[in-house]
Amino acid sequence: MTQRNVAVVGVGQLPYRTHHADRTYVELAQDATLAALRHAGLAPDDVDAVVFSLAPTQFMGVNDADKWAVDAVWAQGKPFMRVSTGGATGGSAFQAAYQHIASGMFRCVLVVGADRVAETPDAQHVLNLIWDRFYEHDFALNTVTMTALAAQRYMHRYGVTEEQFARVVVRARRNAAGNPNAHLRKPVTVAEVMDSPRVSWPFKRFDICPRSSGAAAMVLCAGDMVARTRCTRPAWVRGASGISHSVFMGDRMTYWSDSEFADHDGFHHAAWAAYRQAGIVDPLRQIQVAEIYDPFSSFQFPQLESLGFCGRGAAAAISDAGGFDLDGGMLAVNPSGGTLCANPIGVTGLVRAADAALQIMGEAGANQVSNVHAAVATAIGGSTQFFTCTVLGDDHA
Amino acid sequence: MTTTQAVDDDVIHGEWHVRYTYSVGKVAGTFFAALREGRILASRCSDSGLVYLPPRAYCERSFQPCDGWVEAGLAGEIEAATIVTAAFEHLPPPPYAIAYVRLDGVSTAMVNFVRGLALSDVPAAAARLRPGTRVNVVFGAQRAGRITDFHYELA
Repeated sequence: MTQRNVAVVGVGQLPYRTHHADRTYVELAQDATLAALRHAGLAPDDVDAVVFSLAPTQFMGVNDADKWAVDAVWAQGKPFMRVSTGGATGGSAFQAAYQHIASGMFRCVLVVGADRVAETPDAQHVLNLIWDRFYEHDFALNTVTMTALAAQRYMHRYGVTEEQFARVVVRARRNAAGNPNAHLRKPVTVAEVMDSPRVSWPFKRFDICPRSSGAAAMVLCAGDMVARTRCTRPAWVRGASGISHSVFMGDRMTYWSDSEFADHDGFHHAAWAAYRQAGIVDPLRQIQVAEIYDPFSSFQFPQLESLGFCGRGAAAAISDAGGFDLDGGMLAVNPSGGTLCANPIGVTGLVRAADAALQIMGEAGANQVSNVHAAVATAIGGSTQFFTCTVLGDDHA
Repeated sequence: MTTTQAVDDDVIHGEWHVRYTYSVGKVAGTFFAALREGRILASRCSDSGLVYLPPRAYCERSFQPCDGWVEAGLAGEIEAATIVTAAFEHLPPPPYAIAYVRLDGVSTAMVNFVRGLALSDVPAAAARLRPGTRVNVVFGAQRAGRITDFHYELA
């Protein structure tokens, strides 16, 4: 199969905040689009197709708002598709844009989206509505309780403590202080995390991401078009893969299961498929930055293990020792502050890819990691069910 | 020159009210009918040997139809649990505990409330809900043929 080389040549983000009272939903998406096009030195007419990153529309409150956004992101007269895989939406949308170009169908694709999670006070009610009405909806499942269940199981399997999760939050906030787009930028201590109000065992309030509004856009193009842009150091898409699991979490936690709920082991499959494409055989040696999807403090350990950076149950001790710190660690994990510090759900996966791309481009500002040749970006959605993994690099094959 | 001043905090309020009737279908209908009788029926695939709760029409491992019903044990083991101490809009008032439990004779785990457990000391209660802990199924006196007809209690 012949695949074209694909490069990220433009990134646009708006700061993530609780509210953006000065702009509507579509104006957020438009401003991110403008920023990405300007970054790439391209105009709307250069874009051949648009992928729109939009998860549940009940957060911002206009049903199927992709249709509302068509004009704002200059998609009139062009192929347009909405992608939605829950929390993984931005990761899937990015991969759809990549595949549009890699397949040879399009030369330049815009992937863009926005979210306003705090537009409704009922966000966790909306998230409860993703469970079926027959067997699971009645039991107060939402993203907080679902992930609390996985965290409790993970703690039991590997002997991890609440304090070890709290140190992840401390590191995330420390990194976010250097990222002007991050929503939560105030440093916290382990004691402050431990003393924040209990929500759902083992989570306290500070173990949990904020409800964010904001927008992100990326411009991708075929390798032979890069010279036409103003991007001199593109982030090349070296590998992209996704995997889906059963909607039933209870199918993934018994002796008979072929996957393990607590381990986020969908990433084992997604990552190694992406690594094969990228020629990565030793992730820890070949990847310098991980921008991973971590709306809860418990998400980093199982994910880093599934991504092959360490063995099962080993991530917490490495975290404690500073191995995932921005400076001096063995791998810079979420130098942006990650999802714990900003979660505009419909674009969060895209933000991970955007922040990973900026690291490759050398444009990550105060949080730039030195000598970045490869970065990995992930997203998770549904009932811890959809997993996407993308590898970006400073060179193509 | 007069200009119209933008008002930054101006908002328009909205609510959605949407009603549904969800068709239960044969598989869930069989399961719900058994709940009325105080029994939990799991679907079984003779090809893979897997026994499913919630029940399925097809085995998702063998891609063959589930061709039998098995009565699940009314006791089992916790696989994952949490204790909710914060109020969420439109969800039950806290505190409450939920757990995925694998009932005896079944290959998968099914979620429900765990009742009858003191929850005021959250870490202490969490220690009593560790994976591997045995629980019993307890049916309510009034049964409506719904998943809420029963809950779990520590054995």
